Amino acid sequence: MSSIIQVGMADLKVARAPDKLITMGLGSCIGICVVDRARKVGCLAHIMLPSSLQAKNNQIRAKFADSAVEMLIEDLQKAGASASSLVAKIAGGAQMFKFSGQSDILKIGERNAQAVEECLEKNRIKLLASDTGGNYGRTITFDIETGDLLVRTIGHGERVI
Amino acid sequence: MEDFDKLSILQLDALMEIANIGAGNAATALAKLINARIDMSVPRIDIKSFAQVPDLMGGADVPVVGLYLKVSGDAPASILFILAIERAAALVDLLMGRENGTTNHEGFSDMDVSALMEVGNILSATYLGALTIFTDLKFYPSVPAIGMDMAGALLNAILAQLGEVADQVLVLKTELKRDGQGVVGDFFLLPDPGSLEIILGALGVGELE
Repeated sequence: MSSIIQVGMADLKVARAPDKLITMGLGSCIGICVVDRARKVGCLAHIMLPSSLQAKNNQIRAKFADSAVEMLIEDLQKAGASASSLVAKIAGGAQMFKFSGQSDILKIGERNAQAVEECLEKNRIKLLASDTGGNYGRTITFDIETGDLLVRTIGHGERVI
Repeated sequence: MEDFDKLSILQLDALMEIANIGAGNAATALAKLINARIDMSVPRIDIKSFAQVPDLMGGADVPVVGLYLKVSGDAPASILFILAIERAAALVDLLMGRENGTTNHEGFSDMDVSALMEVGNILSATYLGALTIFTDLKFYPSVPAIGMDMAGALLNAILAQLGEVADQVLVLKTELKRDGQGVVGDFFLLPDPGSLEIILGALGVGELE
């Protein structure tokens, strides 16, 4: 029996096939899905902010792109994955609100996406596919068995990347 | 005061009381606007981790209309008015003087969106007005931003602003109900980190136990 494991905001979970990982309502946040296909172990991190270095409070590592990527590598290795065979797919990073005066914080989605891509590259995790940007929310389901990432939206279709 | 657990009963009561008065004023303003009776729930105060906040809004993937205002001044905060999407359509019908059921939530016009934003303006201004009378603090709401999507997705961007310094958030929630027609929407006030101390101080209950 496969189960579907929920991942909340600023959270990270590891699972094995045939289980699936889901995170609901990604807005400016990013869902980082990383898997070792051969060993059938994967994880999903739901990050909120680009960098733990500027933050006054960085206790929760899954909250930031940089510390979450480090954490997920450690956790996946502990679960038997090989760091050199990790591949990633990401989704989210939208801009949810339209203000008349654009402030920096509202571009957080774009900054998150950029930071995640940089952190993955820095840690030599190949990014296979991404579905980021836009102005709409996403609910994503990551199938560890197949590596498929199902992206569902309201009014902007459904796709598998 | 990022350590919300240290809040005393007296301090929580004081916060509930200002939420009660703020939302009371907002409910009255909404009632005048749509010419119907508006009731409100007893305010709820919740201290939640980020992951738990979407549950207060009915779940992370529930489709909603969210009106968001950034409040600057003496004690910065965020205001969020969340309406289930079909409730927002019903509210637009009332605001625009259309027969109930006319507005389709998939096709809000620019005028409809503008009317909803005006509701955000009026509710926030009246809520904050009451807070100012009570605390003598200045609050300046921004122009409202509107988003229509999954509740969790709308929350992301707002919570991210608090995320640099906090892991938990204090949420004051009041439900506004239309006489006999169920919930109109939920009004949320989320003080920025540090603002809570200022508000409590102004209420004369600033001392921690």
